[in-house]
Amino acid sequence: MLDKNGIARRIAREVRDGYYVNLGIGIPTLVANFVRDDIQVEFQSENGVLGMGPFPYEGEEDPDLINAGKQTITTLPGASFFDSATSFAMIRGQHVDLTILGAMEVAENGDIANWKIPGKMVKGMGGAMDLVASAENIIVAMMHTNKAGESKLLNKCSLPLTGVACVRKIVTNMAVLEVSPDGFLLRERAPGVTVEDIKKATEGRLVVPSDVPEMQF
Amino acid sequence: MTWKGSISDTGDFVTWGEDPKRLADMIRKTVANAKEALEGVADGMTLMLGGFGLCGIPENAIAELVRLGVTDLTCISNNAGVDDFGLGLLLQKKQIRKMISSYVGENDEFERQMLSGELEVELTPQGTLAEKCRAAQAGIPAFYTPAGYGTEVAQGKETREFNGKMYVMEEAYKADFAFVKAWKGDEAGNLVFKGTARNFNPCMCGAAKITVAEVEELVPAGSLDPNQIHIPGIFVRRIFKGMRYEKRIEQRTVRQR
Repeated sequence: MLDKNGIARRIAREVRDGYYVNLGIGIPTLVANFVRDDIQVEFQSENGVLGMGPFPYEGEEDPDLINAGKQTITTLPGASFFDSATSFAMIRGQHVDLTILGAMEVAENGDIANWKIPGKMVKGMGGAMDLVASAENIIVAMMHTNKAGESKLLNKCSLPLTGVACVRKIVTNMAVLEVSPDGFLLRERAPGVTVEDIKKATEGRLVVPSDVPEMQF
Repeated sequence: MTWKGSISDTGDFVTWGEDPKRLADMIRKTVANAKEALEGVADGMTLMLGGFGLCGIPENAIAELVRLGVTDLTCISNNAGVDDFGLGLLLQKKQIRKMISSYVGENDEFERQMLSGELEVELTPQGTLAEKCRAAQAGIPAFYTPAGYGTEVAQGKETREFNGKMYVMEEAYKADFAFVKAWKGDEAGNLVFKGTARNFNPCMCGAAKITVAEVEELVPAGSLDPNQIHIPGIFVRRIFKGMRYEKRIEQRTVRQR
């Protein structure tokens, strides 16, 4: 079973040379820590920066320089700033190669819910609806089950949707899965996790090929 | 608008006709302070406010709105500040009737007022919010976006297929005032932004009937390089030098040396 860093480490392997990548808040933000040094990647933050660098050293924080999670950041050589309309032109216009975001629920047809629990939690969708409606390449990073132990990979989402039939790939603490016409296609197992464990933790239709290899990092 | 002014032999701008005040106002944009800049703001108005989180928010305009005590406001702003800063200050005083935002997660008072029904809230995808401002600025009444298709955001809205994909029609905002914050500005209303404090501010310039820009540094016309202007002065009606910027950081994150 992986922890949050493990999920981020596995997703980092999906990042290719020359990619522009948008990272959501939470586990997705950790992905930047595990991307190989020998490839060129630019991180976009939808509040208006391309070429995001690591957090600043103490004493060098700039209130005019934050990411979409409102955290202080730095920029790397080649970075640029732009307004919000231009930022979403990059996203909607499909100029961003890879979008990694968190989710509360994913359905077997690729529907995603991550912005609202009616009557309880309403934080808003931020840029998530624009991202999932436009991106060609979306990876969801999340735990396989919620705090109550219930599956987050469902036949159908129970929460209000963020986007329809848009998720392609899901990396959880237990598995790597792809959305296929027949349901969640099990691609990889996390170290120490069996196919039986994954079956038990998955409510949606699960397609299990004859060979499900353990994740490589 | 018909042309009602001309340049005299001495180079002065001369106006005549029934509305000389407005033209004079357009030419002389600099006002002394937030009080003068917010002249005309009244109860029940719709306001646009720039900023992302607490980054690049019009701190002086917000403080003046609190002082004025105007109520029943509709505020278009990506976020709603935090409990004790930014738009949170207006929420505390119950001056806002309706908020139009994309993300309100950092404000407990906001969430409380929303869930209890005291505050009307229209949650809008962030890119749609930006484009609804930009469309107003650009004189485009509506546009199609894929964001929110198949979700509750699209309920009651026209949808349409283009090239095999479904889109939702979204309309431009109509606002009375836009309050933006820039780093530098000149007396001609030209603006330059800094870092990610740019965010929604440029999209809101010229997107309301009256755009008020507050800047950290106000310089004479001619001091800024025309090549480096982010927003041309034509989109700005009033400009003033803001005071005592607090620039609060929401999430101070650092790494070890």
